[in-house]
Amino acid sequence: MRQSNTLYQFDWLSVVIYFALVILGFINIYAATYDEEVSNSLFSITQNSGKQLIWIGVCTLIIIGILIVDFRFYDSVAAYFGYGLFIFLLLAVLVFGRVVGGAQSWFEIGPFRFQPSEFAKFATLLALSKYLGSSLRDLSKLKHQIISVAIIGTPAALILLQPDAGSAMVFLALLFTLYREGFTPIPFYLGFAAIFLLVVTLLGYKLAVIIATIVIGLLLIGLYIKSIKKMVLILICAVSSIAYVLSIDFIIEEALQPHQQKRVRAIFDPNFDPKGINYNVIQSKIAIGSGGFSGKGFLNGTQTKFNFVPEQTTDFIFCTIGEEYGWVGSMVIVILFSTLFIRLINLAERQKSKFARIYGYGVSLILFFHFTVNIAMTIGLFPVIGIPLPFISYGGSSLIAFTILLFIFLKLDAHRMQLFER
Amino acid sequence: MYRERRFTIFVLIVLVSVTFSFRLFYIQIVDDEYKTEAENNIILTETEYAYRGLLYDRNDKLLVYNNPVFDLMVVPREVKGLDTLKFCQTLEITKEDFEAKLKKAWNYAYGAKPSTFMEMIPEELFAKVQDQLINFPGFFARSRTVRKYPHTSLANSLGYVGEINRRLLNRDTTNYYRQGDYIGISGVESEYEEQLRGTRGVRVKMRNNKGVVKGAFRDGAYDTLSVPGLDLKLTIDLALQQYAEKLMEGKVGSLVAIEPSTGEILALVSAPSYDPNLLSGRDFGTNFQALQQDSLKPIFNRPFMAMYPPGSMFKTVQSLISLQEGVVHPYERIYSDGTLIGDLAPNGYYDVKKAIKNSSNNYYYKVFKRVINRKEDPNQFIDTRIGLEKWKKYVNNFALGEVLDCDLPNVKKGYVPSLERYDRMYGKNRWKYSNIGSLSIGQGELLVTPLQMANLGAILANKGHYFTPHIVKSIGESGQPLEKYRTPNYVGIDSAHFPIVIDGMELVIMEGSGTRAFVPGLGVCGKTSTVQNPHGEDHSGFMGFAPKDNPQIAIAVYVENAGWGGRAAASIAGLVIEKYVSGEITRPWIEEFALKGEFIY
Repeated sequence: MRQSNTLYQFDWLSVVIYFALVILGFINIYAATYDEEVSNSLFSITQNSGKQLIWIGVCTLIIIGILIVDFRFYDSVAAYFGYGLFIFLLLAVLVFGRVVGGAQSWFEIGPFRFQPSEFAKFATLLALSKYLGSSLRDLSKLKHQIISVAIIGTPAALILLQPDAGSAMVFLALLFTLYREGFTPIPFYLGFAAIFLLVVTLLGYKLAVIIATIVIGLLLIGLYIKSIKKMVLILICAVSSIAYVLSIDFIIEEALQPHQQKRVRAIFDPNFDPKGINYNVIQSKIAIGSGGFSGKGFLNGTQTKFNFVPEQTTDFIFCTIGEEYGWVGSMVIVILFSTLFIRLINLAERQKSKFARIYGYGVSLILFFHFTVNIAMTIGLFPVIGIPLPFISYGGSSLIAFTILLFIFLKLDAHRMQLFER
Repeated sequence: MYRERRFTIFVLIVLVSVTFSFRLFYIQIVDDEYKTEAENNIILTETEYAYRGLLYDRNDKLLVYNNPVFDLMVVPREVKGLDTLKFCQTLEITKEDFEAKLKKAWNYAYGAKPSTFMEMIPEELFAKVQDQLINFPGFFARSRTVRKYPHTSLANSLGYVGEINRRLLNRDTTNYYRQGDYIGISGVESEYEEQLRGTRGVRVKMRNNKGVVKGAFRDGAYDTLSVPGLDLKLTIDLALQQYAEKLMEGKVGSLVAIEPSTGEILALVSAPSYDPNLLSGRDFGTNFQALQQDSLKPIFNRPFMAMYPPGSMFKTVQSLISLQEGVVHPYERIYSDGTLIGDLAPNGYYDVKKAIKNSSNNYYYKVFKRVINRKEDPNQFIDTRIGLEKWKKYVNNFALGEVLDCDLPNVKKGYVPSLERYDRMYGKNRWKYSNIGSLSIGQGELLVTPLQMANLGAILANKGHYFTPHIVKSIGESGQPLEKYRTPNYVGIDSAHFPIVIDGMELVIMEGSGTRAFVPGLGVCGKTSTVQNPHGEDHSGFMGFAPKDNPQIAIAVYVENAGWGGRAAASIAGLVIEKYVSGEITRPWIEEFALKGEFIY
């Protein structure tokens, strides 16, 4: 009785988008490596597409499992145990892990491989939701702020040690859930200001930025001439902005690894090192750009299937979509994703429990962060960082992790009337 | 609490999505550069070289064909685990050579794309390599053809084919050729390049990032088939050519034989010659350099490019002009002794026939004066100018001092002196007949090529006209030479004036200086020349045709430094005429004399 009730309460729009993305991913994984001479079937197990199909099957079983497990389980101490387990695994992987692509991020047990960092996002989010879900927590208190940031920061720091900067960055997404829950917005403003100044400076407008800062600073001081306090604040902001802009080159040199510096430079100078660091991005843009309005058609892409684009089934899977389905196809993906993100936030907002709301926001923001970084990277708006496009990129760990992440929230949402604030 | 903060996040999501839409719109729809670059990435244009036309002689004997050779290509990045020692042994190269070649290949496209490792490996060696190729990863073969010559004849006139150089590439206004293409560089190969080369085909293929071919681009929509070049049938009679070459062996000079009724060149000898196979294939460079440095200049195509004074053969032209001008009656007897100009002919009375037979220098000195000084002007300087101008027009009509528009490159026009030439030498109006008198006997400033003299033989045989000599009888299936070789050129002398000159030429052979060219029953007519050579022994020259009635062959022979025209040149010409007209040699002693080559005694 309750089972059918749950199904009825399910948010079917999200489910439909989920399966649409998963199936599009499967088709494009097949197309990305399609070889006319070998002519494997869509379901051949030796191909990435065939393997992805198995993972899709596994995910379907996991979804059924999530539906069967009682919703209260997720909002229990199990969340902390899960978090603890993954902190442990992240420590263990630094010792026993296998190095793939320069990062020690994989466990290998017999024929199976899995990447704990993919699941750590979910575990962290669950623990964060559990911690903040209690009515005792108040994000205006420093203690609770520190603990929240520590929950997010610990796994991120461990992942950074692998080193896998891409996966670690994803945890930034969780900070926005704190923002929604009342965390002081100043760090966010400062962050955006810093990013804005960085981008404008690296685009070559350093002098303009400095002059603009001085002019705006003077105008504001003139506006608030009556309040000494505000004038001092404006002065501090302006001076520190200018100091920051002037020290950007130094910061980049000191704070980033040489390969990361190159990636950052590559974004701002498309002609920089076209055979080396910029090769991937150039080829990726060529693949997507050559798709035109409606693309070359299924299996008619050339850039991805002839290996000009690297990692064409995983991090650069969007290239195949752009090439074979053009702007229309790309827009379908963008619209499906944005609809899902907004839908998830709306679902989160309708939750009766704080736990479910925080969790819902986390799901939406983690997915959104992956989507943004991944697609921005393929179209040359962001440095190359190896993180997958949710539901679409090839890979069992990431697909399963994203599926669990999403469906636990849909399960919680289906039971929102039963899940009250505690 | 803080519910309104969700809008910040909505804005963020919408902002990112809108940014992506615009960015995608820009790179996918606005900017076309990516489409071009995508095609550049995958397109691999493979040229299908057209099969070059073959050359045959007039009797359909093969002269030039295409021989397959192989270029060994390498993709250095794919060279792994190679047994270098075995590889070098198979290819017959040294280890140092191997390393140098491989290093060069690495320099191209980071070693990721194929480049030529070894060029033009002959079939015999390649057969050995081919079996082993599977053991040499990263190496593969590409076949193409080079010219091959079953006979060693006619090297200079056939010409050779070679890689196009920068100069030719710049001159190619049609933009047909590309760097590395092969092109006819001299001889028939160059002159008929357009007909021989055919049309190159193209196959547009797709390749992956490693350069491996992945099928046709757009299902071959941009592919074109190659069209083979046209075969050419030459006018050359191979058997005659080979015989003439044999006679000219060991000598320096030229022999040109023409069929008077058509202008077809039957034999064309430039001595010394070389084996045309030397200039085909991978040893081209060294062989060409060796030939170029040879002091006897074997790659200098003498029949067209060497210029000599015509000497006494020119007296036939002088007689025709004087008869046409009416300054001499055919049977008018003019007393000639050795007073005006050096002479070997005895003193006495000479008419046209006898003057030709005995090659009387003084007769022609007098007759030429009549042609030049017609008392058109009381001032003898001016009178000489008028006369020379008029005479020059006649001579030019014989295709002397003018380019004979033969179908071979670099045909020289010889030299017939102009008024300006003498003005420069002596000053304007400062020269008169005595200054130009040596022209009367074919000496002085006059220069001709052996081809022009053979053509003179044809003019005499045809009694007043010639067909421009040419070497290609038929192009492709047309069965026709080029249009310009099918119309007669008239020299402006009435045919009535010819018989008496021809009679004189017959006498030269029967009882004059040319008896070594006498073949019983053939009616050979000719004229010998002993061409004065300030640098050494005189050149031996002969011009003539046969048979007298219904001429089949006109011929000119020059043998350098061989002395009297009656010896070397007349012997060789007589033998070639006999070989062509009757097919066999009845005077073996003459053949022996010619082959032995000791003409000066």
